Amino acid sequence: MNLTSLLALIVSSTLVYSAPLILASLGGVYSENSGVVNIGLEGIMTVGAFTSIIFNLTFAQDFGAATPWLGALVGAIFGLIFSLLHAFATINLHADHIISGTVLNLLAPPLGVFLIKAIYEKGQTPNITANFGYTNIPGLADIPVIGKIFFTNTSAPAWLAIIITVLLWWILYKTRIGLRLRSTGENPQAADTLGVNVYKMRYIGVLTSGFMAGLGGAVFAQSISGNFSISTIVGQGFMALAAVIFGKWNPIGAMLSSLFFGFAQSLSIIGNQLPGFEKIPTVYMQIAPYVITIVVLVVFLGKSVAPAAAGVNYIKSK
Amino acid sequence: MIKVSAKTKRYLVPIISVIAGFLIGAIIMLIWSYNPITAYSSMFASALGNMNGLGETIREATPLIFTAVGFAIASKAGFFNIGLPGQAQAGWLTSVWIVLANPTLPKYILLPLAILAGALAGAIVAGIAGFLRAYFGTNEVITTIMLNYIVLYLCQYLMQQVMPESLRNGADTTKDIPANGSLHLDWLSHLFGDSRINAGIFLGVGAILIYWFLMKKTTVGFEIKAVGLNPFASRYAGISAKKNIILSMLLSGGFAGIGGVVQGLGTYQNYFTQTSSINIGWDGLSVALLGNSTAIGILIASLLFSILKIGGLGMQTVAGVPYEIVSIVIAAIIFFIAIKYVFDLLFAVKKTASYKHPLKKGTEIGPNNGVDGPNIKLQKEGPVL
Amino acid sequence: MENKNTVIEMKHIVKDFNGFKANNDINLKLHKGEILALLGENGAGKSTLMSILSGLLEPTSGEIFVNGEKTNIASPTAAKKLGIGMVHQHFMLANSFTVLENIILGHETTKGPVLDIKKAKEKVLALSERYHLAIDPDKKVADITVAQQQRVEILKILYRGANILIFDEPTAVLTPQEIKEFMNILKGLAHEGKSIILITHKLEEIKAVADEVTIIRTGQDVGTYQVKDISNKRMAELMVGHAVEMKLTKRAENFGQNILEVKDLQVKENRGNLAIKGLSLSLRAGEILGIAGIDGNGQDELVEAITGLRHVDQGSVIINGQDMTNKPTRKITEQGVASIPADRQKYGLILQMSVADNLILQSYYQQPFSHHGIINFDAIKKHAKAAVKKFDIRTASSDLPTGELSGGNQQKVIIARELERGSDLIIAFQPTRGLDVGAIEYIHKQLLKERDRGKAILLVSYELNEIMQLSDRILVLHDGQKSGVVKPDQTNETELGLLMTGIQKEGQDLDQSFS
Repeated sequence: MNLTSLLALIVSSTLVYSAPLILASLGGVYSENSGVVNIGLEGIMTVGAFTSIIFNLTFAQDFGAATPWLGALVGAIFGLIFSLLHAFATINLHADHIISGTVLNLLAPPLGVFLIKAIYEKGQTPNITANFGYTNIPGLADIPVIGKIFFTNTSAPAWLAIIITVLLWWILYKTRIGLRLRSTGENPQAADTLGVNVYKMRYIGVLTSGFMAGLGGAVFAQSISGNFSISTIVGQGFMALAAVIFGKWNPIGAMLSSLFFGFAQSLSIIGNQLPGFEKIPTVYMQIAPYVITIVVLVVFLGKSVAPAAAGVNYIKSK
Repeated sequence: MIKVSAKTKRYLVPIISVIAGFLIGAIIMLIWSYNPITAYSSMFASALGNMNGLGETIREATPLIFTAVGFAIASKAGFFNIGLPGQAQAGWLTSVWIVLANPTLPKYILLPLAILAGALAGAIVAGIAGFLRAYFGTNEVITTIMLNYIVLYLCQYLMQQVMPESLRNGADTTKDIPANGSLHLDWLSHLFGDSRINAGIFLGVGAILIYWFLMKKTTVGFEIKAVGLNPFASRYAGISAKKNIILSMLLSGGFAGIGGVVQGLGTYQNYFTQTSSINIGWDGLSVALLGNSTAIGILIASLLFSILKIGGLGMQTVAGVPYEIVSIVIAAIIFFIAIKYVFDLLFAVKKTASYKHPLKKGTEIGPNNGVDGPNIKLQKEGPVL
Repeated sequence: MENKNTVIEMKHIVKDFNGFKANNDINLKLHKGEILALLGENGAGKSTLMSILSGLLEPTSGEIFVNGEKTNIASPTAAKKLGIGMVHQHFMLANSFTVLENIILGHETTKGPVLDIKKAKEKVLALSERYHLAIDPDKKVADITVAQQQRVEILKILYRGANILIFDEPTAVLTPQEIKEFMNILKGLAHEGKSIILITHKLEEIKAVADEVTIIRTGQDVGTYQVKDISNKRMAELMVGHAVEMKLTKRAENFGQNILEVKDLQVKENRGNLAIKGLSLSLRAGEILGIAGIDGNGQDELVEAITGLRHVDQGSVIINGQDMTNKPTRKITEQGVASIPADRQKYGLILQMSVADNLILQSYYQQPFSHHGIINFDAIKKHAKAAVKKFDIRTASSDLPTGELSGGNQQKVIIARELERGSDLIIAFQPTRGLDVGAIEYIHKQLLKERDRGKAILLVSYELNEIMQLSDRILVLHDGQKSGVVKPDQTNETELGLLMTGIQKEGQDLDQSFS
């Protein structure tokens, strides 16, 4: 294996594993910046995964190559619907954000398996035929060396996720709605007195997280697992949450962290193909994202990098 | 709005949540054309209708008692220990390993040793989060979540790569533990229709009593509660927040660890590779939330969830309803517990005495909180004087 | 009078919180270009009334006229539309946002949905120049001073085109010099045609800037007066509801040995900068040492260092002859130190716990309250019963959560706990903050009684009146250093005010200026 194809292998598998993390962590960034802690990303990803798989299995013959993309959209929409539960509970009913998020995580896997049993009469779906697979990006793939490493046989959802990252960063920091959204996570009381609709902004934050995590779950299911069972989404959502923290609640930071975690995950899988990596126990790669997140939290000490009012319920006085 | 006393309300919230949770389950069953009445009746019949079912239900409740007590202790100290699965798993693997590695030790040494080692393993995992919280202010929700996965993968690694092959059957299961390291009691198992009920339940009842005594009667419990309710005032009063944070997390993880021990030395008699966070952790969290972290509440809630889980198996066979409906019902119950604000709207607590600031609601913020409060009126109003 | 334009008129305002009338038939009239002071004690209902005016609360009954038209101010947005803006006592700013972002939030200058930062900055700078409110729009709010933050708050409402400005206790956090500057800002605003409501309980400020004063007491309207026609004493009487006699009787000095000695103390604040920079002081038995100074000049750090809550970097703290530097809080408490914290709800009490439990918060581990770690509830109850009686704590039962008590009675719980232990050193940090006159008087008397019994009292307060009335000696703290030590009968507020800004350091600065 020459260096270029070695790098190409690492890059493409990193991108494949990063894509779901980038998408879900962007959702986490939005939710937390609006002031709602969302540890339910895992559950939302599960919903995105099983709805997209059901869609994919049902409509693959109708939509052909477009199926996984439509499936991703379906997963995102159902993720958004599922996150309404978290939004309603925390924003309107003042529920504890951690408990409400835990409910999402408790609810999604059995709900998915229940429906799959009800539809397919077994606890695991068949494998999908139309998955994301690998793509050559037109134009860019022809660039010498770089084209081969980054844009040939690569993950299209990952590049889409990177584009979405830039877009969401721009919205969060450069537009009116972004400023208002961040203000409700920073000081909802101040925002309210200035006429910012705190509930609306927080709904936008949570529903964005639902959409993005649903999308992430759908991408994972349709590019990595290929089917849905109780063990499809195990820890992906929590790793996305880790990326939110490691990325300091910033979309770009979350994307870079996700890429790094995706790299660690892919190493634990393709490591034995890489010279020098085959002797390292995969456990180090598996636990790296989680250990790093703890270390990062400790190193930042109590410095308030998180939105000041994340997790704090706001009650309108009228 | 219905007026009730504060005490009645404490009972009403979990009872109504349970009923509402069952209703949600029934609605989902109706949507998919299952008969909820057949389903629920077959559930209760198979969990409680025969000695074997009863024994299995009690057996199922045993680890939940431990993990729930673990969660409750941390939550009294103000911490949300979401790392119960990892702590329990650490306890499970450790205790089984100790027993397998020392099969010749006499039972009265080996069993306590294995249980304590399991507790210690859980305590260490939770203690990391406690230590980081105490000395670096690191949010324990995040660290315990991350530790769950660290433990999950480390246990896979230890089981598959480090454990001597002589203790294993293949890569994914250990050998069964010898009798002198087991919590299995022949007479008890026979009494309950040869179910897997074991001596763990006696330890569980002991754990509940210890928890009750610790929190209600001792200065240790007083300190933990004080730190949990107001860490600033506690520190001002000379109560070491650091000490109590770490102590409560160690105790929390220790109990969770024994939850894993009773799975290993009681239920399964071995350890096998886990691919996701183990259930007794999440279920213990749910039990503690439903039981409102009280001793009696934990006991009742753990039995209720066990009825659901054991009965759910019967329900699947008899009524043909997928087992997962049980987990949906549990999640729904916890959802209703979480939105207790709705209960505040439904039930007004009868005024016991004095006037309360109208704008102050726990730690939540709203305009004008605590500023210019109408406190002084109290001296003229109210039945207090 | 008739030719004046009335911009706000509130008629017969009632606000009922579950049977408690925070406002009971209050009337208020504000004229264009004038400053109306709203005077009342803590809890009189000033903030409630202003929350109604700024759309945060809805009145139970009553009418509001803005510019002669009857209106219903349903939300902060509605208030904003009517040109009403409020500067809250606790600033409502997002600390991690820039000054500019804070000002434009909710009323952004945009091109389409995109923020137009450049144009917004021009607008804000123009306002800042016109009203002499100097700010740096690109600095983060967390990095600017309190006085600057207040200017940001004012700019926030001016930016929204407010013509009616409400200030809620605006000078509580300012230095005397900053207050002077602020008074000029207020006059300037009024001169520019803005109408201002100034919520305060400081009579001098009313005299300095206000045209009229509306006085309310326990939710009721006591009347509106022309400021030039009413004396300070009369205003105070109307506010309190009875003749005010502010003089406390103090017994002759009878000092004993040193109880507290602080030597060359150096303490850091949370961000790691020195907050106490080589401070020395001593305090004798039977003496009250007042620590005067503006909030944030090292008071918190000094008290925390003495009570073992904060690490001492250099120097020593000697209590009753024992070196207690960096000893745990519990050891220091046992050495005979009582401490009444500044924030009673955060540091003094566990509100969810019962009165009885709060009364033993430092002694639960000792006999008779517990034995070998097992709590003795009978002893705790007995102790609580006695304390409730002795300190006249008004509560239905000592089992009641402390949070259900009134502010004054909560403070009594703390006083009872701290004084009952028989400590030699009593640290009282803002002991009367937010209390009504009756409770203040009670606490002052208790402190003087302890002094006469030979206790050493360290009184840290931001209220100069309190310091002047109680202290035997006053140490003025500025920027973590001693800027002067004076006797209350040999000084006045002006001198203290200058010392508080560090202008005169024990006369040394004056000497230097001659050389």
